[in-house]
Amino acid sequence: MLLNIKDLHVSINGKEILKGLNLGVNKGEVHAIMGPNGTGKSTLAAAITGREGYEITSGEIIYKGEVINDLAPDERANKGVFLSFQYPVEIPGVSITNFMRTALNAKREFLGEDPIPAGEFLKKMEEKKKLVDIQSKLTNRSVNEGFSGGEKKKNEIFQMAMLEPTMAILDETDSGLDIDALKVVANGVNALRSEDNGFVVITHYQRLLDYIVPDFVHVMYDGKIVKSGGKGLALELEEKGYDWIKEQL
Amino acid sequence: MNEEKEKGNILEEVTSSEYKYGFVTDIETETAPIGLTEDTIHYISNKKNEPEWLLEYRLKAYRHWLTIEEPDWALLNHPPIDYQNIIYYAAPKQKKELESLDEVDPELLDTFKKLGISLDEQKMLTGVAVDAVIDSVSVKTTFQDTLAKHGIIFCSFSDAVKEHPELVKKYMGTVVPYTDNFFAALNCAVFSDGSFCYIPKGVRCPIELSTYFRINAANTGQFERTLLVADEGSYVSYLEGCTAPQRDENQLHAAIVEIITHDDAEVKYSTVQNWYPGDKNGVGGIYNFVTKRGLCKGHNSKISWTQVETGSAITWKYPSCTLLGDNSIGEFYSVAVTNHHQQADTGTKMIHIGKNTKSTIISKGISAGKSNNTYRGLVRVSKKADNARNFSQCDSLLLGDKCGAHTFPYIKNNNRSSVVEHEATTSKISEDQLFYCQQRGIDTEKSIGLIVNGYAKEVLNKLPMEFAVEAQKLLAITLEGSVG
Ligand SMILES: Nc1ncnc2c1ncn2[C@@H]1O[C@H](COP(=O)(O)OP(=O)(O)OP(=O)(O)O)[C@@H](O)[C@H]1O
Ligand SMILES: [Mg+2]
Repeated sequence: MLLNIKDLHVSINGKEILKGLNLGVNKGEVHAIMGPNGTGKSTLAAAITGREGYEITSGEIIYKGEVINDLAPDERANKGVFLSFQYPVEIPGVSITNFMRTALNAKREFLGEDPIPAGEFLKKMEEKKKLVDIQSKLTNRSVNEGFSGGEKKKNEIFQMAMLEPTMAILDETDSGLDIDALKVVANGVNALRSEDNGFVVITHYQRLLDYIVPDFVHVMYDGKIVKSGGKGLALELEEKGYDWIKEQL
Repeated sequence: MNEEKEKGNILEEVTSSEYKYGFVTDIETETAPIGLTEDTIHYISNKKNEPEWLLEYRLKAYRHWLTIEEPDWALLNHPPIDYQNIIYYAAPKQKKELESLDEVDPELLDTFKKLGISLDEQKMLTGVAVDAVIDSVSVKTTFQDTLAKHGIIFCSFSDAVKEHPELVKKYMGTVVPYTDNFFAALNCAVFSDGSFCYIPKGVRCPIELSTYFRINAANTGQFERTLLVADEGSYVSYLEGCTAPQRDENQLHAAIVEIITHDDAEVKYSTVQNWYPGDKNGVGGIYNFVTKRGLCKGHNSKISWTQVETGSAITWKYPSCTLLGDNSIGEFYSVAVTNHHQQADTGTKMIHIGKNTKSTIISKGISAGKSNNTYRGLVRVSKKADNARNFSQCDSLLLGDKCGAHTFPYIKNNNRSSVVEHEATTSKISEDQLFYCQQRGIDTEKSIGLIVNGYAKEVLNKLPMEFAVEAQKLLAITLEGSVG
């Protein structure tokens, strides 16, 4: 199993947010996570990627057979865990090009490889820019500074394409995208989808799942996954809302 | 692209948090007896075979210095400096006058090589002429022949006194008189060497000029002075770099830089200040008390200061512009980084006297550890300075919660048609930014280096390329160990 989360409890400032969450992702699978606001979806993403302040009080996050509960965020990233942020952050004065080169080389250093040659890097940039349809000019600008909502999300997918993760978590990458941008983002994900990697896609809308077809859909409520099913579950949720699930609990 | 590549490499290169330039060169040194009296001044003047007028100037400055007190208005804390416990002159012993590079002590050449500065013209970065100053004397100035073809004079201050006394006499002390302040008076009394540069009318200096200062000897102060004159319609870009060995005692550095631009002339003066900052506990380091000032004497002239301050235990420094000529322009771009126990009180003065004069101030302070970082600036617009314009932006970035950032912008506008604008911000590196970088595989220290370099980019972009690269490395090194 690529990612195996067992009975995960996570607290922020002493307040328990995740309350015994289980999730297993195999290679080649796409899992969608849905659920009402504030149920802990982003908290789960932060816990998997090792954000400070998200205290794992019990349970395990096992990635490629290794318990990663205590690994530094950059180490997890370099082992292939990627997060497309719900709210991408601005870094003034740091161009996307510079940012990506630094990130790629950090990964290569971690793997004991030499820094990427300039030519190869540029080629890769061009290739991936095309994939997510972002304009050349954008990569010379500072990371996310003054980007529109859509541009920020596309930039996340662009970075994902550059870093080629094994386990990618997309946290509401579809929010705020127009239909064309949504397709572009979905195409980006589908192009990367392979037998060797897995995706966790957090979303509120069934719409995205028309383009990124999931193998499983999970419903999260109050810090736990309370219902799982196939892609049909997403349609059902769209129709009925969450109340019927709450009633079942 | 190349630039991006360089930047990537720089951050990778930065792995050790040691001050890289802390070594001591083992050379025979000739020093003046410790302490300061009129005898010391006679000793220095005598060593340098100086003309009578210069000795007189020194003595006048010394007598003035005796009557004044060390300034205490800066936000700096240090034990009293014992001026009698300093050696005021130290020189590497040399047998005779140098004819060629072959005659320079190999130890010295080696020292500069270790600092990344080759004095061998063939092996040098093309496009930069260097005057290398170690302790109290200039060791070697490169590319003099090339420059001479354009009529440019670039030599040690001592040589200038001998070979161009009329120019030195005409300009020295006209921008920073010995009465200016305590440290300036001290420098005028005991200054040893430094650089002199004259760009003749209409000449655009084809290469960068650079002075590299190195303190080597123990217990000595360094008191150099630089005099830069740009005649009508000329242009020069000038760089200054400096380092010192790692020592437990504090060492005093009190320099003077004077710049004069005539009509339509422009001088760009860039500094990367990297004197030894002391250790993590605040032991040792250079006390850097420097007076730098430019006079835009002619119409349409321009002086631009760019500084990257990463070194010194204490920095007291306000590169300033007096905008005398109509339509003249003054600029100040600064990045000052302090970590551990470093203290910096730095900024600028823009004095608008001529009509339509313009000034821009961009200051980026970055404080980490238990350091203190102060911006202190004055913008003064005189009655006659119609339509003067100033824009100031002073940003402070804090890393951690034990450091301090302070801003003191003084504005005195005596002309109604003039506009003075001031903006200031204080920010912290946010956890969000750090986590975002880390999530992309970049470790904490590199992430901070990246974010800080981004923050300072506006100023770093003003530096000549070779210096920009150096400066970026320095920012990252200075901030190592500032979190966690
Ligand atoms: N830093 C924090 N400090 C305190 N509470 C927090 C913090 N971060 C998240 N929470 C709380 O944890 C709960 C889960 O938040 P989380 O962001 O994981 O929800 P979510 O499922 O992603 O919601 P949304 O669909 O709105 O994005 C919320 O009640 C939120 O207020
Ligand atoms: Mg969320």
